[in-house]
Amino acid sequence: MAVLNEWAFVGVFFAIAWVFPVLPIVGARIFAPHKPNPLKQSTYECGVETVGDTWVQFKVQYYIYGLVFLVFDVEVVLLFPWALAYNQLDFFAFAAGLLFIFLLADALIYAWRKGALEWV
Amino acid sequence: MADVCSINNLTRCLIEGGMNPGLANFISILLGVVATATLPLVTVIFLIWVERKIAARVQDRLGPNRVGPWGLLQSVADALKLLTKEDITPLGADKFIYNLAPIIAFASIVLLWAVVPFTPLHVGANLAIGALYFMAVGSIATIKVMVAGWSSNNKYALLGAFRTIAQLLSYEVPLVLALIVPVMIAGTMSLQELTFAQQGMWFVFMAPVAALIFFIANLAEVGRAPFDLLEAESEIIAGYNIEYSGFKFGMFMAAEFMHAFTICVLTAVIFLGGWSGPFVHELPVLGFVWLGLKTAVVYIFMLVLRATVPRVRIDQLMAFNWKFLVPISIVNLLVTAFLLYVVRALGLTPAPGQEYNFVANLPQTIVLFVGNLVVVGVVVTMIRNWARRQRLGEEARSLALVAVEDENPAAITLPAGH
Repeated sequence: MAVLNEWAFVGVFFAIAWVFPVLPIVGARIFAPHKPNPLKQSTYECGVETVGDTWVQFKVQYYIYGLVFLVFDVEVVLLFPWALAYNQLDFFAFAAGLLFIFLLADALIYAWRKGALEWV
Repeated sequence: MADVCSINNLTRCLIEGGMNPGLANFISILLGVVATATLPLVTVIFLIWVERKIAARVQDRLGPNRVGPWGLLQSVADALKLLTKEDITPLGADKFIYNLAPIIAFASIVLLWAVVPFTPLHVGANLAIGALYFMAVGSIATIKVMVAGWSSNNKYALLGAFRTIAQLLSYEVPLVLALIVPVMIAGTMSLQELTFAQQGMWFVFMAPVAALIFFIANLAEVGRAPFDLLEAESEIIAGYNIEYSGFKFGMFMAAEFMHAFTICVLTAVIFLGGWSGPFVHELPVLGFVWLGLKTAVVYIFMLVLRATVPRVRIDQLMAFNWKFLVPISIVNLLVTAFLLYVVRALGLTPAPGQEYNFVANLPQTIVLFVGNLVVVGVVVTMIRNWARRQRLGEEARSLALVAVEDENPAAITLPAGH
């Protein structure tokens, strides 16, 4: 019951948290003027008219960073249970964790040597 | 105790008063949620004033001082003004997610407060996976940036969103790796129990390197100087929120201020002992004071940092993370794991029942602290040697250039006519 209560709290929190930002935005609809015109609604680029489509495929560098991040985040999720039970681990589990962190470091060195971490 | 009704035993009181247990439970949860969620909203109004005042003092200005005593009501006036400003949606924007982004931005930060322990008795939700909750909800910030930047249909917004996401994703890695260290020491992921574990000794003394990495990575996560590339006015006019106006823009700004404050609270909770302090068990409300004081120290440090440090370049930012913070946090994790194992094998951990005793915690703290000092020492030496090699290389190159010029003076004489 206690555990369920905690999650009920988070659930209610999720519901309430949306109310706080929505209220003033809706309130602003009532108080604020609303007189749109095409010039006002055009894309803001410091006075220059925008050229071409915005939603295009973009620099591949960001994708590589995303991949490296993904590798690390997945491995980190596996490390949390190990850290949580750390005080009860025997030597084998301890060594296994260290080996895992070594592999993590190895992945980083590989990405580094391959030049994935260079900003070009 | 049974005859005194307070917020601490509200559920029981209501049930004894004859209310349906389910309803009583729901009411106490609802009250708790509203109280916890309102706290950051009230503080953020005050925080904007604090930030502007401190930034002004650093730059030898006065800061807001017209509205209310010492300008205290300036933020309220600003909010009211924003409420009356026209809210423009650009023509090409994807309306639905364009309107959703500020809501996500604000709600995700408020949600972080669900797990913050304020006193030994007052905690929103004492989740067993509090640390993971903090990571998961904190990373919604990345989504809000992507959503806002993409849906605005503005090239500057998209550029800002791209580089911000590269930054937020990257700095999440050292953040998590640093967060593992206190989890490993305490053997729990609940923020309340992490605070309990620090009553004998704060984790900042047991894991100073992890604390520093956590703080730096968090600075980058909230986009504070020197990592404020996401709102680099001089480069991409404002970044991902450029097309927003009126109160939607206000939501982004409020969310940013609140996020900065929230990470200070969490740094205080995870590394500075949270609510723990003198007399906190006799008078639990004191927990608010201790937590507030610790948070204020971290927050003011952050503000002074913001006012004094220049912005880094994007390639420097990424290199600093992937080639400096991540390797160090991996090494730090290895060293801490090894030292904790040694400490336990040697029997230096506090005896059962002595965990909250300062003296009983000293031996393992000293071992861990010295280990951290060694890590720092090795890193500093490596950086110094690297910098020296760079410098010597540069000097050698310029010397070679001078030698060439000496041998062939004609090469540097100016062409005729000058």
